[in-house]
Amino acid sequence: MNVIVCIKQVPQTTDVKINPQTNTLIREGVESIINPFDMYAIEEGVRIKEKYGANTTVITMGPPQAEEALREALSMGIDEAILISDRAYAGSDTWATSYTLANAIRKIGNFDLILCGKQASDGDTAQVGPGISSHLDIPQVTYVKRIQQIKDNIIRVERMMEEGYHVIESPLPCLLTVVKEINEPRLPSLKGMLRAKQAKITVWTQKELNLDPQHIGLSGSPTQVIKIFTPAPRAGGQILSGDPEEIAGKLLELLKSEIS
Amino acid sequence: MDYLLTDEERMIKDLAYKIAEEKIRPVAAKYDQTEEFPWEAMKVLAQSDLFGIFIPEEYGGMGLKVFPLCLVTEELSRACGGIAVCYAASALGTFPIILFGNEEQKKKYLPDLAGGKRLAAFALTEPEAGSDASAIKTTAKKEGNYYILNGLKHFITNGGEAEVYVVIAMTDKTKGARGASAFIVEKNTPGFSFGKKEDKLGIRASSTRELIFTDCKIPKENLLGKEGMGFIITMKTFDMSRPGVAAQAVGIAQGAFEIALRYAKQRQQFDKPISSFQGIQWMLADMATQIEAARALVYACAREIDNGIKDIAKDSAMAKMFASDVAMKVTTDAVQILGGYGYMRDYPIEKYMRDAKITQIYEGTNQIQRNIIALQLIKEMAK
Repeated sequence: MNVIVCIKQVPQTTDVKINPQTNTLIREGVESIINPFDMYAIEEGVRIKEKYGANTTVITMGPPQAEEALREALSMGIDEAILISDRAYAGSDTWATSYTLANAIRKIGNFDLILCGKQASDGDTAQVGPGISSHLDIPQVTYVKRIQQIKDNIIRVERMMEEGYHVIESPLPCLLTVVKEINEPRLPSLKGMLRAKQAKITVWTQKELNLDPQHIGLSGSPTQVIKIFTPAPRAGGQILSGDPEEIAGKLLELLKSEIS
Repeated sequence: MDYLLTDEERMIKDLAYKIAEEKIRPVAAKYDQTEEFPWEAMKVLAQSDLFGIFIPEEYGGMGLKVFPLCLVTEELSRACGGIAVCYAASALGTFPIILFGNEEQKKKYLPDLAGGKRLAAFALTEPEAGSDASAIKTTAKKEGNYYILNGLKHFITNGGEAEVYVVIAMTDKTKGARGASAFIVEKNTPGFSFGKKEDKLGIRASSTRELIFTDCKIPKENLLGKEGMGFIITMKTFDMSRPGVAAQAVGIAQGAFEIALRYAKQRQQFDKPISSFQGIQWMLADMATQIEAARALVYACAREIDNGIKDIAKDSAMAKMFASDVAMKVTTDAVQILGGYGYMRDYPIEKYMRDAKITQIYEGTNQIQRNIIALQLIKEMAK
């Protein structure tokens, strides 16, 4: 079995600053980490490897320093790493990113399972995982909190819902996005860190992937950020007092006046 | 200070730091209170390969020796001196096998110890034999292909939890110290049981327990080295392990200092942070300087050992004695800086003071360390 884990390097902060001119994130001076949700995807990949003897590959699209994130994934037990990096991919939105990642996965060729974190902590869109599965035309299950079993080319998972969970079966290959309930990511091991330090990271640029220029980078991104702003705080509500009957009457009057 | 660590050493230190902050600090108070053995933390350390860093590569370890072990022990001790000693005591029980084990013994025991699958312990102390280790009464009598052990060990760190014990026992009482031998005894050997678990002032996450041997029959293959080498094995083991105790002391001192410094900046009295008062400033300056001096001594000694310098008994004793005295002083001062709050169990600082005390006592009291240092000084003079 071949498992591919898609990860993203994000700024280590919840207080993301936006460049008002370009409407993009300011990344300078902020330490980068692996997107916390992707850590669960990495851990699950390693667990599948330990349980079923899978070969695991981690991929990311990003600037050259995203190599650090790949090495960290290797130190946790992932076997191979591929960095997709080219100026031509800069400015990609979720559509172009998932298009690029899907094509890189197609180039890897042999895969049974793709794992992604449910969303990135910087953009919070939760679109790239599902986007990859759409581009590859394979099934997807989002918000997976447990893999029950993988047997006879069928995977059975639990998909988290607000109350309870769905049990879903899917043929392989398929893509899962995982939530933090799925596992507890391990700390790297020393042997893993030493191996990761020496490991060769494969780098694929536009030369290797040769993607349609119409579909990559800023120009291939249909998303246009028109404006980013902090919504005005909500005005305080009204508190109605009195006995229940009285309140109900007042409320009815208020609602009526809102409609008219 | 920058100790010019290699990339590898830096990596080990960072990993230990991460484990200490994420997995140990949050549970330190809990284990201090419950005195449960911190198996969860041991599992994390095992998974991260840290039990194997000083074990030769051919036996499943990383072959990195004593200095990296000190770096790990120090970082863990910054968060919890008790959990750190469970780790360090396993190293103490492993050293004699690395130093004096034959090929079969090494092959049999070291891979599991390197992987953290089993913990080790070292058993020398007895009720009547503390500083005077030659007074031990536990006996090992050879009968055919076996040795029969009888006696009682106490204050044994990792007692009851470890699965591999190196036990010092008398094979020939008439020869005094030269009549002692070292044996590997596995948990669950018939005739080997555990007695009282001690209720301690500090390092309460660790288990300190009696080992009871009643006609405990062990194969003669479990003799380490030769008969009569028990005390040589003990001394050589302590020479290697003392920097570890010293590193534990440095870590405890550092952990306490950091809490005191942070508190001093936050605590307002007379409308100012107390760190603005010279009385507090001088205390902090002294604490930091003492810690750095202790650390430099410990690192230098560990590097000596790793580079094959012989006769390290004096340096290793100096490191252990100095660092543990610093730990006691610094943790006491740290409690003082936190004042009334420092004395309360709601704050983490009093634990550091309780944990520090043992470092002046175990693996040779600091008085015994001074004997070792003085003896060596006089010996060197006579050369």
